Amino acid sequence: MAMKRTTKRRVVQGVLYAVLLGGAVALALAADWPTIKANFFKSEGFVPPGSWGDLITIGVKNTLIYTAIAFAGGLALALVLALMKLSPVAAYRWLATAYIEFFRGLPALLVMLFMAFGVTIAFQWTPPGGTTGAGIVALIMVGSAYMAETLRAGIQAVPKGQTEAARSLGMSAGRTTLTVILPQAFRIVIPPLTNEFVLLIKDTSLLFVIGFAAEQRELTTIARDFLASGPTAGTSTSLVQAAILYLVITLPLTQLVSFLEKRQRRSR
Amino acid sequence: MTATARPDRSTAAIDVRDLHKSFGPIEVLKGIDFHVDHGEVVCVIGPSGSGKSTLLRCVNQLEQADSGQILVEGVDVCDPETDLDAVRSRIGIVFQSFNLFPHMNVLRNLTVAQEKVKKRSKKEAIEIARANLEKVGLSGRENVYPAHLSGGQQQRVAIARALSMDPDMMLFDEPTSALDPELVGDVLEVMKTLASEGMTMMVVTHEMGFAREVGDKLVFMDGGVIVEEGDPRVVLADPQHERTQAFLSKVL
Ligand SMILES: Nc1ncnc2c1ncn2[C@@H]1O[C@H](COP(=O)(O)OP(=O)(O)OP(=O)(O)O)[C@@H](O)[C@H]1O
Ligand SMILES: [Mg+2]
Repeated sequence: MAMKRTTKRRVVQGVLYAVLLGGAVALALAADWPTIKANFFKSEGFVPPGSWGDLITIGVKNTLIYTAIAFAGGLALALVLALMKLSPVAAYRWLATAYIEFFRGLPALLVMLFMAFGVTIAFQWTPPGGTTGAGIVALIMVGSAYMAETLRAGIQAVPKGQTEAARSLGMSAGRTTLTVILPQAFRIVIPPLTNEFVLLIKDTSLLFVIGFAAEQRELTTIARDFLASGPTAGTSTSLVQAAILYLVITLPLTQLVSFLEKRQRRSR
Repeated sequence: MTATARPDRSTAAIDVRDLHKSFGPIEVLKGIDFHVDHGEVVCVIGPSGSGKSTLLRCVNQLEQADSGQILVEGVDVCDPETDLDAVRSRIGIVFQSFNLFPHMNVLRNLTVAQEKVKKRSKKEAIEIARANLEKVGLSGRENVYPAHLSGGQQQRVAIARALSMDPDMMLFDEPTSALDPELVGDVLEVMKTLASEGMTMMVVTHEMGFAREVGDKLVFMDGGVIVEEGDPRVVLADPQHERTQAFLSKVL
């Protein structure tokens, strides 16, 4: 009655496959395909040109522009925060820590509403780009808190001997950071920063709550507007289309991250 | 204090007086008196943990001493008023682990500090770098990245990098300890050439052959103090102190 180990493993695997297959078949039979197609894949939206025009030329374009601005701004601020956190001056360290913990502890959406409505109204502030600009500033503030921690880890991952070698050659502390530490740190943090970029792409959809002029809408907002108007009004087709477009951007990036991580691990 | 003991101290390349250094509760250097004259090659030996690296690193203030005095060419490096970057650019250091800049090719490793610290023109820096690469036997490797060099080659690049700053003295901290045995010879050869050219050198090493052949003075450290020092040939052949004898009987 005792089965051989290999036989036993084969039986277990067979059972697992059977369960999977059974589940798939049951789902296929139970699903109401015509309803699904009518609600999520309405051909008036899908078949080109369909709704692709606005989704891509306005939505994807603006999503990428907002992401790029938020990433660049966030990275610059993050670098300052990371250097503050590693500063020999305690007050700088505390300030950076307070900032980072504060913004990592809040929902991005709340910060965004606060910047776009609270701050603009309270201080009569008109940010460049209007409330959209204020929303992007919020993304920068939140994003920088996360990226600062990533950068700090990257800087600390550069071996101490590098600093010692540079200082021994007579380089000042600042010069050492600039020419020896940061270039190596950035190489280390490219994969995690790419992940931050992907997170930011998705977070730009939060800008939706602020509301846009038609030409300034990002991808999610346009998809939402197509729920009620356009060729696929009354169906969720535009949401499926937006999902596809997001994945077209994010999947290659996440693949790139795992490729870079594998390469880094090998080069160690 | 007892400045009379060595009145010529300001003329020494390195002059260490009554140096104390602790890491937390552990006193690692317990009053070191040590000097290296211009053109002299001083080898420092001793068991692991005896404080050799710490002493060497104090000389250019990679470690800060707790008390005592360190004069480099008459300049007190412990004085907060001293321009450390200027002093450091005159002291070449070679580390056990090479510490080349991995994101720069060999040539850039040799020119970056020349340009940024010595403010040399790119052209001049490259000329000096090439001359030093030739000196360590690595001409033609300018565009290679450190990761593609053997340990022995990397260490020779590190020596060339230090030499490119035209240092007045060179400090070596176990420069061959991380190398495969067959690669040690090339590095020692370069160091011998340097010594024969009159370079002032402080060499922490386990290479007794090098110490005997090249050293002008041998210093044996143990437990944070200098136990014995003198002519390497004499000390190695006929150690006076019991701890020196015990150490040498193990390594020779
Ligand atoms: N940064 C540090 N923090 C705490 N302890 C340290 C530090 N650097 C050195 N030590 C300790 O100081 C003592 C002397 O260290 P040092 O590196 O000077 O010895 P060494 O003679 O160079 O030994 P080795 O031959 O192993 O290189 C050791 O006990 C070591 O553990
Ligand atoms: Mg050591």
